[in-house]
Amino acid sequence: MATVETQPARKPADYKSDINAIWCPGCGDYHVLMSFTRAFAELGLAPEKTVVVSGIGCSSRIPAYTNCYGFHGVHGRSLALAAGLKVTRPDLTVVVASGDGDGYSIGGNHFLHACRRNINMTYVVMDNRVYGMTKGQPSPTTEPDFDTALSPGGTGLSPFHPLVIALASGANFVARAFSGAPNETANILVEAIRHPGFSFVEVLSPCVTFRPDEREWKSLVHAAPVAATNDPAKAARRIMTDDGFNIGILYRGERRPYQPRMEGQNIDVAELEKDFEL
Amino acid sequence: MSKSENISIAIVGSGGAGALTTGNFLLEAACSAGWYGLMTRTVGPQIRGGEAAALVRLATHPIECMPERYDLMIGIDWLNANRFGAEIDVGPHSLVISDPHGGELPAIVSRAGARVVEVPIKELAKAIPEGRANMIVLGMAAALLGLDEEALSALLAKRLAEKGEAAIEASRAGLKAGLAAAADLDLGKRLSPPHASAAKRWLVSGNEMTGLGAIRGGVRFAAAYPITPASEILEWLAPSFTKVGGVLLQAEDELAAINMIIGASFGGTPALTATSGPGLSLMIEALGLATAAEIPVVVVDVMRAGPSTGIPTKSEQADLNIAVYGFHGDAPHLVLAPQSVADCLFTTQWAVHLTETLQAPAIVLSDQFIGQTVAAIDRAADIAFVGQRTKAAENVSAYKRYAVTGSGVSPMAIPGLRGGQYTADGLTHNERGTPTSSEGDHRAQLDKRRTKLDQFTYGDHWATLEGEGEFAVITWGSLTGAAREAVERVRDRVGVRLVAPRLLLPIQPERFAAALDGVKHILVVEQSHGAQFHRYLRAHYDMPSDVRVLHRPGPLPIRPGEIEQAIMEWRV
Repeated sequence: MATVETQPARKPADYKSDINAIWCPGCGDYHVLMSFTRAFAELGLAPEKTVVVSGIGCSSRIPAYTNCYGFHGVHGRSLALAAGLKVTRPDLTVVVASGDGDGYSIGGNHFLHACRRNINMTYVVMDNRVYGMTKGQPSPTTEPDFDTALSPGGTGLSPFHPLVIALASGANFVARAFSGAPNETANILVEAIRHPGFSFVEVLSPCVTFRPDEREWKSLVHAAPVAATNDPAKAARRIMTDDGFNIGILYRGERRPYQPRMEGQNIDVAELEKDFEL
Repeated sequence: MSKSENISIAIVGSGGAGALTTGNFLLEAACSAGWYGLMTRTVGPQIRGGEAAALVRLATHPIECMPERYDLMIGIDWLNANRFGAEIDVGPHSLVISDPHGGELPAIVSRAGARVVEVPIKELAKAIPEGRANMIVLGMAAALLGLDEEALSALLAKRLAEKGEAAIEASRAGLKAGLAAAADLDLGKRLSPPHASAAKRWLVSGNEMTGLGAIRGGVRFAAAYPITPASEILEWLAPSFTKVGGVLLQAEDELAAINMIIGASFGGTPALTATSGPGLSLMIEALGLATAAEIPVVVVDVMRAGPSTGIPTKSEQADLNIAVYGFHGDAPHLVLAPQSVADCLFTTQWAVHLTETLQAPAIVLSDQFIGQTVAAIDRAADIAFVGQRTKAAENVSAYKRYAVTGSGVSPMAIPGLRGGQYTADGLTHNERGTPTSSEGDHRAQLDKRRTKLDQFTYGDHWATLEGEGEFAVITWGSLTGAAREAVERVRDRVGVRLVAPRLLLPIQPERFAAALDGVKHILVVEQSHGAQFHRYLRAHYDMPSDVRVLHRPGPLPIRPGEIEQAIMEWRV
């Protein structure tokens, strides 16, 4: 007789570890963590079949604060590590957490190729437009006139546009969220995790310590005025011309996720030797 | 004409002239007829228009290195042959076949005073529709070695089947013309007939054997970035995985490749990457992560001449330092080195076994010489080494991923195991895996990771130990074959033992001391400008004061004759 395994309803608290989350008071990442656990509960994910992968930086502390499996790896390489995991374990839900330094600077190349590879996973970048953990240096998304000890008078460089780059590189789902709206962010994460292929969610997450000006973000963000498109050109145009505070799902693509078969053709290892025989 | 246990042939040409193809046919034909042999290739970094030579040595017994001088050298042309310098040497007794229109004889030939015979190779080829010069060369070599025309003809049909009937016919005509052109030539020696043997034999490259070792050991995931001279490992693994199960991902760079295999291994799948020096340099940071987070992975470094881009197509043993000392922090890990084409299989499989058992990363130092050499070997028996990771059991409670145990190895939870959730971390962590900066946790975990490697019993595989005597030749990796041949040559005159560690890390001081018990003189032999292996031995092992070092950088191989000479001169 077939049995159906029933799962008890899960609550966000079921996904929290017993380690106290520590960021600066007021950091947006607290809310991102809350959105993670809410989204996981909404989806009813089994914690033992969910893996949160990260690199280095404030954002990357998240895995240990969840009750899922986690990997806190080296700086910038979380997407590569997650790709190896998901390809070999397609049964797992894989969520990657990163920041603007980890994801766009040191990990920039992996970002391009993760979008292009389109493996079924969700990539959440907590963008605060500054290196927080190393105390306030400019990142690829920092404004050109942001004055720091490392870049007196500002970098003079145009910020990087991650959402457009994601689209151009082949990401299958692109959204922008704001940490100060944890319910909306959780909803976006739910959609991102459900969507097949590589889903990219940029979360504006203020660094109140090194970017106190980012406290203003809560008055600047607004819901995207139109629904998500499946046309990458249209999505790119919207994103290139919006004010950067347009919150919501901006693109839902229809590319087939990349999932090579782990199963072979039941050919025995000894068969491989036949090609070697004289 | 004298009978000989072995004969060596160098076929030289410009890149694209077909020298390597001719060498492959020659080797396969001779080995199919029962001889043993090997072919190394030496090429410039260009795909076309550079220099290429196939170096073939045939023998009545399994053979692992090249000789000091080639008995027969055939130049399809000599346009770029001077670039080989001393890599290909001939002597006064060598026979050199040269095309009068093939360009000026290289200095190495004119200097040696070898017998030079002129044959219009290109003209002979032109007389045949679609004829190719390298088939004329094949015919001449076959005539001088006494290879059977029928068998060669059948081999051509088999190997050129995809190119069509016209190509096969043209090649057969070339073969015939070559046989006729060399009919009256005399090499001065002939190979003794092969020993009859019922054993199954393989014709394989070291890189293929590395791939098979990985799969036999249980590897089912690989991620890698293409690099010379390691790519053949990947190109063998990718289609093999589709047969036996598993996946190879082509990574965007080596940083990704190493992290991908760490991710796969974290998920429970034994994983490997293959690269060369530049790639290993990029992987070192993540290898430290694998050490700290205790994730089993194997990195095969098919060494080439360095530093930087170096000589991508040619061999050197100069990545020992980075493999042993490259990590930041105190990071105990495994370093192994295969000693021959055949041993690539064993050593790689053993590396998989060790990394899985000990949850520490393993670096396998192969090199271009054994990686790309094709050799006839006796079929390798399937050894019992497969990855056996200690995993956390079902229904774990209060799970401690990095529990300090007697062996130092802690049961590993694989995602999917309920209650086993933990976060693998490169940060210093406590037994649970929680990040900490406490002195006590840091020391406890450093101790644990050291202990698990030091306490393990590695058995006799740690080194090749052969012979007896007060004299020892200590070498490693691909030079083991040349050292063995030298030791065998002098054995009647000098009591010499061969010591070649296969396991370079962790060090084995007691075994090493036992191996050298009674030794008074040591000759260290290695292919490195900086004598890295000698310094490694000095750093870790006690040696008698009477030590000499024969070392030089690649790509000029160290030949058995030089080792023999170094031993004999010392004895005098």
